[in-house]
Amino acid sequence: MKKSPVITVVAIGIGAALFFVLGRFVAIPSPVPNTNISLQYGLLGFMAGLFGPVAGLLIAFIGHALIDFSYGWGIWWSWVIASGVAGCIMGLAAKKLALSSDKFGKDKIITFNIFQVVANLVAWAVIAPVFDILIYAEPANKVFTQGLVAGASNIVTTAIVGTLLCFAYTKARPAAGSLKKEG
Amino acid sequence: MTTFDTRLLAVLAVLAFVVMGLSRIRVSEVKVLFWFSFVFMVLNNLLIFLFSPEHGVSIYGTRHEIAHLFLRYNLVQEQLFYQLNVVLKYLATFPVVIVFVSTTNPSEFASALNRIGVSYRIAYSVSLALRYIPDIQREYHEISIAQQARGLEMASRKQSLFKRLRNAASMLFPLIISSMNRIEVIANAMELRGFGKEKRRTWYSARPFRVADYASIIICVLMLAASILMNVLNGGRYFNPFV
Repeated sequence: MKKSPVITVVAIGIGAALFFVLGRFVAIPSPVPNTNISLQYGLLGFMAGLFGPVAGLLIAFIGHALIDFSYGWGIWWSWVIASGVAGCIMGLAAKKLALSSDKFGKDKIITFNIFQVVANLVAWAVIAPVFDILIYAEPANKVFTQGLVAGASNIVTTAIVGTLLCFAYTKARPAAGSLKKEG
Repeated sequence: MTTFDTRLLAVLAVLAFVVMGLSRIRVSEVKVLFWFSFVFMVLNNLLIFLFSPEHGVSIYGTRHEIAHLFLRYNLVQEQLFYQLNVVLKYLATFPVVIVFVSTTNPSEFASALNRIGVSYRIAYSVSLALRYIPDIQREYHEISIAQQARGLEMASRKQSLFKRLRNAASMLFPLIISSMNRIEVIANAMELRGFGKEKRRTWYSARPFRVADYASIIICVLMLAASILMNVLNGGRYFNPFV
C-alpha cells in the first residue's frame, strides 16, 4: 500500500477519535479501585506501528487532549505531552514492522514490545512527572509514583492488546507475495 | 500559566466565573462536568497531602505548625496556603474550559487552528476526529449489541479480569478493522477531491475578525503579561506571605 500524506491525515483523525472513544467510554475496571485499564494505549501502539511516528504523536496528543477536555478539568498538559511522546516512540518501529505488507512473526512481536516498553517508560516515568513539576509544581514523590503506576499498567495493556491487534490486522490482510501462479 | 501568585489566581478565578455567567450556559447542562472536575480536584489535593504533607514548607521556607494530626502528618500553615493555591488554579481553569467546550463549533475550531498557524493538514485531522467520534461511538454500540446477540456475557462486575479483557477484545477487533477500512475510504475520497495538492486551503466556516475578537485577544495578552510580571516581582512562581 502506497502511503500518501492524505492517508496519514485521515489516520490521525480517525485514530484520535478511536483513542477518545476507547479512553472515555470503554473503561474496564481493574482490581485496583479507581483505576481503569486504558485500552487506548494498545490501540496507539498498533496505529503508531502502522502509520509511523508523526501519526503516533498526533493521535495520542489530540486524542488525549480531547479526553481531558470532555471531562472538563482542563487539559493536563504534562500527561498529554507524555502521551504524544509515547506515540511518537512507538511509531519509530513502523519501518521495521511493515505491518501493511508483512507477516507478524516472533521477531516482529519482540520488536514491537521493545519499542512500546521504552516508549511507555520514557513517557510515564520521565516526561509526565518532570512536566508535572515544571508546569504544576506538584511534589516530586507524588508525581513519580503516579507516573510509575500508569506506566506499568500501560505497558501491560499495550503488550496484550497492541500485540493482538497487530496480529489480527496482518492476518486480515493478504501478505505481499502471497499469490502464487497455479502450476 | 506557570504563576502561583495567590492574588492573581483569585482575580482570574473570579473572571473565569464571570465569563461562565456571560456565556449563558445553563447550569443543568454542565452539572456533570462540574462534578467530574470537583472530584478530580479533591482527589488530587488529597494525594498531594498524602505524599507530601510539608511541600509548602519547602516552597515558602518557613514553618508554622498549627496542630499535629497523626504519624508524620501535621497541619502546617504553609501547606494549607500552597494547597489553597492549587485549588484556586483549578477554579480559574474549569469554568473557562467548560465555556470553551460548550460554545465552540468543531468546524470553526479547525479553521481557527489553521488561522493561528497550525498546518491545515493537522487542523483537518482535528476536525476529522471531532466529526467521527459520534460515528465510532455508534459503531461500538452496534458491535456490542451484535456480540451480545451472539451470546457474549456483559455483566462485567462479576467476571474475572481475564474474561473482561477477552470480552473487550471481541468488540475491539471488529471496531478496529472496520475503522481501517473507513480510513481508506475517506482518504480516497479526499484524494479524489484534491486534498493536499496546494500549500494553503480556505475554510467554509472561516469568519472575519470583529471588534470583540480583537478585544478578547488584548485581554488575554494582558493576563499573560500580568502573570509574567508577577513572576518577576515575586522573584519566582510563588507569592510568599510568610516572610
